[in-house]
Amino acid sequence: MNLSEILPGGKCKIKALSDSGILGQRLFSMGFCPGVVLEVVRNAPLKDPMEIRLESSLVSLRHVEAGFVEVEFI
Amino acid sequence: MSVIDIALAGQPNCGKSTLFNALTGASQHVANYPGVTVEKKTGTFKSDDQKFRVTDLPGTYSLTSFSLEERVARDFILNDKPQLLVNVVDSMTLKRGLYFTFQVMETGRPVILAVNMMDLAKKNKIEIDHENLASRLGIEVVPTSMKTGEGKQEIIDCVQNLSKAEKLKAPAQLDYQDMEPYLRQIEILLSKTSFFEKEIPGRWAAVKLMEGDENVENLVSNEKECTQILNKVLELRNKFEDEYNLKPEMYISKRRFEIADDVIRTSVKRQNNPKKNITDILDSFFCHKILGPVLLVGVIYLLYYLSIVQGYNITNYTWPLLAKIRTFTENIMPAPGFIDEPLIRAFSLWFVDSINALLNYIPIFFILFSLIAVLEDSGYMPRMAFIMDRLLSRFGLHGQSTLPMVLGGIYVGGCAVPGVMSCKGIPDERSRLSTILIIPLLNCLAKVPLYVLLINIYFAAHKGLAMFFISTISILFVLPVSKILTMTVLKNRETAPFVMELPPYHIPSVKTVLLRAAERVWLFLKKITTIVAAVAVVIFVLLYYPGISDERMKYYNNMEEQAVSGFLTAVSKTSYNNKFDEKKVTELANFYDRYRSARMKAGSDFEKKENEFRKNNPLFLALVKPSKDKELRMLGRELKKLVRTRKIISMEMKKERINNSFLGKAGMALEPVTQYAGFNWKVNVALLSALAAKESSVATLGALYQQDESGSSLETRMEKQETGFTPLHALSLMLFMVLYPPCIATAIAVKLMSGSVKFMVFSMVYPMVLGIFVSSAVFSVSKALNLSGLEAMFGFYGLALIFTIIMGFLKNDKNFQS
Repeated sequence: MNLSEILPGGKCKIKALSDSGILGQRLFSMGFCPGVVLEVVRNAPLKDPMEIRLESSLVSLRHVEAGFVEVEFI
Repeated sequence: MSVIDIALAGQPNCGKSTLFNALTGASQHVANYPGVTVEKKTGTFKSDDQKFRVTDLPGTYSLTSFSLEERVARDFILNDKPQLLVNVVDSMTLKRGLYFTFQVMETGRPVILAVNMMDLAKKNKIEIDHENLASRLGIEVVPTSMKTGEGKQEIIDCVQNLSKAEKLKAPAQLDYQDMEPYLRQIEILLSKTSFFEKEIPGRWAAVKLMEGDENVENLVSNEKECTQILNKVLELRNKFEDEYNLKPEMYISKRRFEIADDVIRTSVKRQNNPKKNITDILDSFFCHKILGPVLLVGVIYLLYYLSIVQGYNITNYTWPLLAKIRTFTENIMPAPGFIDEPLIRAFSLWFVDSINALLNYIPIFFILFSLIAVLEDSGYMPRMAFIMDRLLSRFGLHGQSTLPMVLGGIYVGGCAVPGVMSCKGIPDERSRLSTILIIPLLNCLAKVPLYVLLINIYFAAHKGLAMFFISTISILFVLPVSKILTMTVLKNRETAPFVMELPPYHIPSVKTVLLRAAERVWLFLKKITTIVAAVAVVIFVLLYYPGISDERMKYYNNMEEQAVSGFLTAVSKTSYNNKFDEKKVTELANFYDRYRSARMKAGSDFEKKENEFRKNNPLFLALVKPSKDKELRMLGRELKKLVRTRKIISMEMKKERINNSFLGKAGMALEPVTQYAGFNWKVNVALLSALAAKESSVATLGALYQQDESGSSLETRMEKQETGFTPLHALSLMLFMVLYPPCIATAIAVKLMSGSVKFMVFSMVYPMVLGIFVSSAVFSVSKALNLSGLEAMFGFYGLALIFTIIMGFLKNDKNFQS
């Protein structure tokens, strides 16, 4: 399953990033690393993008982009 | 004494700029990195007689070659070789920070790590063992808290010690474990070339080549062994991927994170998990499903109200200062003759007016840039983008296009210049260019006078509706146009992932805000004023030459003689007979104009000023002022008649000069094309003259629709003289005005922000083509269907709305996915 499927309030653990280009590198540099635990805080008022809590920072990304983050629900 | 170069590097929101301000104070200098639109800030400071030059590198999360900012930061470190790097990290997000620090360490430059925001860490009961951190990384570590200024002196001391040191110890090398044998092979190959090792550390280049970094591959292709090296790299990359089932670049990133994790485990102690903090509470309001958009509208309205509305109010106080410059110019220039104005005078006044029109914006800009700095510094800006992104991204724009669009005038009355200037922050190149290009189509304040004029004449019964139409139609142009640009002209431009940090909320510091606002106003003035001045000269020439023919000039001189001799005849019947000649009459007429304008400006407190006029010429004053004396009263009446005639002659000359000018001829030459839009040559000339500043369209129409004796308003004159002009014509003209090309100042701003003259020219040409197309289509079709102006208006609005919605559903293609 991937991050875009997680609903607000849900927590998950990153398994892998399935993009190794600019998106993958950007996600990595913002702390999206396999093993890290995420929490989906909320979706934007028009459903997209989504807000993620990742360790001690908040990150916003579009659902399309979240589709490249493979996660397992916890 | 030599200057020591140091550079500040770090991720966004780590407090790097605050450290930069604290170190360099007022000695800052802002410019661009060569060839790109990324801002380069430098400053200097002195400590113990040693001068240091500090460069503030752009804040980036990484040092790859994917984004312009990252490339700029990286190239600076590698090519300019600052003697020392100060890497600022936020102690609250230390792990992510170290991921960046490792990349800085790999460049081989000596690094000092400033672990910032220690006050926040203490508050959240996070303990950081700096000595352990320093020994694990092999670099100096200084705890700082820039908000309170703590640690600034320690940084300076550290910089000074290291700059004196004979030999610096090398920072720890990252252990890429499984990849090490691969890296060594590449390193050996590179060490055989002349360039690497000497210019650029081989280890760094090896890591980058394994990552598949295009820029480094290009560097290698300058070497003569290039094919051999690149083939080997490709082979190694494939081999690694086969063996570990992971792309090398992902492995490298993963290793960096693992090491960062390990370093953190041994040097950071957390007491307990942080509780719900103020940022979470604020976010539950500002990002709320319903409350979020409501608050966004409120913030936007406040921003618009304070900067545009209140800013314009302040210009009421600053304008008199600029008017003084004009008056001063008027006074030092040779006085006008009875009808002919000396060229130098006409030009100087035109020039001062052009520059003044621009300087008049300063209060607006200052408020605006301060408020934007507040939005940036407080952390609200990314939340705006978060809320708006879905809607705007459908049209190829970006969440962060919200602010520029508001400033440009999403409803009536914005200004495109700050709108374009605020596009800077949009990270995605395609969306940024698209935003820059559509901002001029929004309704800036200068377009409004023409709307008001036309609506008052031709839509008088439906003023409200017509005003609503014209205010909102621009957004129905902007969105589809942006989408079309995205799918065509900008198709191959880089797009960037939206992924964006939502930093903790933070109370902005007054110093930072004012400093940034002042700096941006200054930059704007420096860059724009010179160019506006140059273009003002060109437009002047186009409007002034070739001028009035000798024959016509004789005609006007004849009229002048008649008027003057008429006045002299009247004088000859009085006791003032010998006091006047032709020259004196011109002086008297000028005196009259000066007196009138001084009177208008002075208001109630005129007595002192009047005494000056009395001293200057008591007789003239007696003629100008109402008098009880019979003779003086008669001459006063004659004088008024004389002045009026003079005004008519000069209006007519002005009209003829414009008609004769290059611009006027162009207006007539364009009539065969513009007739389909319903524009006659007079309208063409007005539209052409508005190229310099849109406000002048109404002024030119005023000059062309000649003033008559009754002194009636332009509205009545246009109505009377343009019997063929219908509401449909007016609609067509207004639509053209919405799509009017940007003014000079905006065009220059487009050039600054897009970094290319081509885009500037494009931003001026495409609206004109679109405008003539839309106006012609609306005018010709409505005429063929026999629609009234109002019907055409509604019909067009409906079509535009449907078109916008359709465009919103078309798919965007991304340009970054691999």
